[in-house]
Amino acid sequence: MSVLFLALTVLLAVAMIGAAFVAILGKSMPIAILAAGLVSLLASVLFLLLASPDVAMTEAAIGSGLTTFLFFFILGRMRGGEHD
Amino acid sequence: MADILIYIATAVAGVAFLLALYRFLKGPTAADRVVAFDTLTLISVVFIVVIALGEGRGIYLDVAVIYALLSFLGVIAVARYLERGL
Amino acid sequence: MTISGIIGGILMLCGAAFLLLAGIGLVRMPDLFNRIQAGTKATTLGTLLTLAGAACLRPEWTLKLLLIGLFILLTNPISSQVLARAAHRTGTPKTAGTVDRLADDREERP
Repeated sequence: MSVLFLALTVLLAVAMIGAAFVAILGKSMPIAILAAGLVSLLASVLFLLLASPDVAMTEAAIGSGLTTFLFFFILGRMRGGEHD
Repeated sequence: MADILIYIATAVAGVAFLLALYRFLKGPTAADRVVAFDTLTLISVVFIVVIALGEGRGIYLDVAVIYALLSFLGVIAVARYLERGL
Repeated sequence: MTISGIIGGILMLCGAAFLLLAGIGLVRMPDLFNRIQAGTKATTLGTLLTLAGAACLRPEWTLKLLLIGLFILLTNPISSQVLARAAHRTGTPKTAGTVDRLADDREERP
């Protein structure tokens, strides 16, 4: 199983790098927030591969769920305030 | 025998992961990226189940429970944002 | 080399095949709505088949796997429907030849 886990690690790392480039170079703000959420979602699978399920659980809950929701909430408030 | 089948299944799911990642990196509109995000989350759930089977520890499945709930929250937040306001 | 192990492995392989179909559909489909169709239904079935295969391989995890499957089965169609509605109301371009019976569904929420 160790070869399989190594291949999974490489795959997830490549996906994290791609999502991080989208988050940095993306033109629009919602896409960048979504890509940042994807980075932390994949990071929690990497934490699971390093045999630490508690850190993975915290990363998935805080990094992906709460941060993404909070960013979109603030973005909606800002856009509602300036126009419409 | 079952180990070989799990290997092949994980390789096939990895190919699907790469295809969904291509759609996430390229996707023309924001909604395309949201669909790709949802697909990537579900394939990650499959990866977590495979990791739990390989390590033989049942506590890893709790992370998959949190994943299945959180992808819903993220997609709902983005869709409500795209539909004018949260 | 038990019979349940082979059944579980074959179920996991079928689930992975459905995930691969979802990935191919996500790349090849011409339109956002076709991509939602391909990317949500096929991944739901593929994930459920994979969870069933894992439950055959390790029968003592059946309760937790059933909980994951129930969450996915409840939340994934709802999220796809909300996303399709948001994309339709914001005027996402459709492919040629689309028959849109909901073309006047443009109402903004209060």
